[in-house]
This record gives sequence, structure tokens and C-alpha cells, in this order.
Amino acid sequence: MTLADLPPGATAQVLALGGEGAERRRLLDLGILPGTAISVEARSPLGDPTAYRVRDTVIALRREQAERITVRRPQ
Amino acid sequence: MSQQLITPEAVGAPTAHCASCPIYNSAQLVKLGVDATGYDYVIALAGNPNTGKSTVFNTLTGLRQHTGNWSGKTVARAEGGFRFRERRYKLLDLPGTYSLLSTSADEEVARDFILFGRPDVTVVVADATRLERNLNLALQVLAITERVVVALNLIDEARRHGIEVDARSLTRDLGVPVVPMAARRGEGVPELLAAIADVAAGAYPARPRRLPLRDPAIERAIAELTPQIEAAFPGLPNASWVALRLLDGDESIAQAVRDGTLGTAVAPAAAAATALA
Repeated sequence: MTLADLPPGATAQVLALGGEGAERRRLLDLGILPGTAISVEARSPLGDPTAYRVRDTVIALRREQAERITVRRPQ
Repeated sequence: MSQQLITPEAVGAPTAHCASCPIYNSAQLVKLGVDATGYDYVIALAGNPNTGKSTVFNTLTGLRQHTGNWSGKTVARAEGGFRFRERRYKLLDLPGTYSLLSTSADEEVARDFILFGRPDVTVVVADATRLERNLNLALQVLAITERVVVALNLIDEARRHGIEVDARSLTRDLGVPVVPMAARRGEGVPELLAAIADVAAGAYPARPRRLPLRDPAIERAIAELTPQIEAAFPGLPNASWVALRLLDGDESIAQAVRDGTLGTAVAPAAAAATALA
């Protein structure tokens, strides 16, 4: 599944990052690496963007960015 | 008349112990506001957004630069000055950035100054409550200069969250001074000043933590590319860092190499001072 599929309140682990160049770099700089825990903090009224908690900071990602991040929910 | 006057003569010359005393160090600070002329050292303040960089800036210079939580607040770089132990320092507050590698317009200001502006000391202001995130930038800065002080700010907030940071071990691990502080309350300011003075004067034996590349092919490519960059841009600092960015496909760096503007957006610190004077 991708990060965009994760429901509010849920936590998952990042498996892989898609995209390339500056877009991918940006996500890495925000601390989103394979293995990182990420949770859905809040969704904006229009459903996009969504606020995620990563490494004790809340960041907002657009849906198209979240769709490039493959995650796995703990069993 | 037995009243003792405390005069410099009565107190005597500062002893070796004075240098490590917070009271003595605070008394040595003279905030110079916007007056940053005739300085001995240039200090850059870098850090992630919302780490209290501008609060540190205001504490040292006595200025009231706007502090607030929004993106791009520090648009370009704010400048101020202070005097400490008979030396004058020019302080530059750079825009907040998570990284020196990806670039928005304001992050480029920070990157270019740290890379090409050759500050005497780069103070990385880190948020003690989000240390893991903040160490990313600290390590990136350590990759290009060893003249670094890490200001571990918001230590009061960390304490409130039950977070204890072992600054001594962190100092050893990073190889540069790490100073716990709460700039808002003035806590740790004397220690920060002492660390800045030591690093600026070259009196601190830095052993910067550098992450290995672990790839001989990349190392060979850097070794091949670096002399070519140095030949095309004589006197450019950090040519091997530029080589690594080119290999990584950094478009903003590649463009600057192509049109020959690499490193010229930021005049070296000394030249900038003349231009401003």
C-alpha cells in the first residue's frame, strides 16, 4: 500500500520511496527513509494535503507525494 | 573607612578559572545591535526551521529580529554584531533549512553562505526535543567545515518532555562543541559564547564526524572531478562537495557550473563586509 491509503490515526513503516531527483531528495530531507515510522495526524477538510507525523515533527504532504511512498502496516 | 571598592585593581586580572565561569563570560558580552563593522570573525547561524535561530541571534546582538513560526520568515540573511572578550563578531542569521542538498530559494541562501561564504564559525542551532531530525543538517555542515558549534537549543522544553541529552557524549561523537541552551531564558549563552570564541580562534581541536561514502567508484569519480572543478573555479572552497553534488545530479549546482556563477552569489565574508561598509 502507499502512504496515501493510510487512514487517519494509523501508523506504518516506510518500505520504499518512489520519484527521483529533487522531489525524492526533499522527502529524504524531511526524514522519510525506508524503515521510518510514519503516522497520519490529520487530513485537511478537502482531503488533501494530509498531515503526517515523522520523527516527532508534523509535516504536510500532498496526495501525489504520499502516493509515491510505499508503506507497510504492522500485523 | 573600611568600605571596599571593587575596582579592576582590587579584583585583579582574570585568572584561568574566569574563562570557564558563566558570570564572567556573560559580563564579557557587549551586544552591538546592527553595528557589525570592523569585526574580527564572521559567525553564521544555521539550523532547521523553528529551532529558535532568531532567538539566539537576538540574544547575542540585542536586536529584535522578528521571531515567529512561518516559512520564509528570515527571507535573506539578517546581520548583527556583538563583542566578546575583546573580539568583535559579525553574526548572520540564515534562513531555516532541513538540508544543504535540496533547495528552495531561501534554503539556497543558507547553503551558499555556509559553502562559499567561509564563515569563521557555523553555529548549527538544533532543537533538543527533535534531535534525530536536527542531526541531519549538523552532519551535512560537518561534511564541509570543521569550524562548527552545535547549539542544542530548547533544552528547557526537552527537560519538560522528560528528554535528557548527554551533551558531553554528543560533543565527543560529533567532534565539535555541543552546548545545551535555552536561548529564550538566556540559559547556556555564556557557554555558547565561549565555544564560539574557541572555535573562531582555532583553539578547539575539532574532529568532525564525517560519514563515509562506502563506495570506491563514487570516491574515484570525486577524485577525478574535483581537480577539474578547482581548475574552472580557482579558489573555490569545498570543490569535492560540489563534485559529489554533480554526481548526484543536483540541477542547481550543475546550472551554476555551466553558467560560471558557482560560488559567486555569495562574496567571501571579508569582501561582503567591505561592500557593506
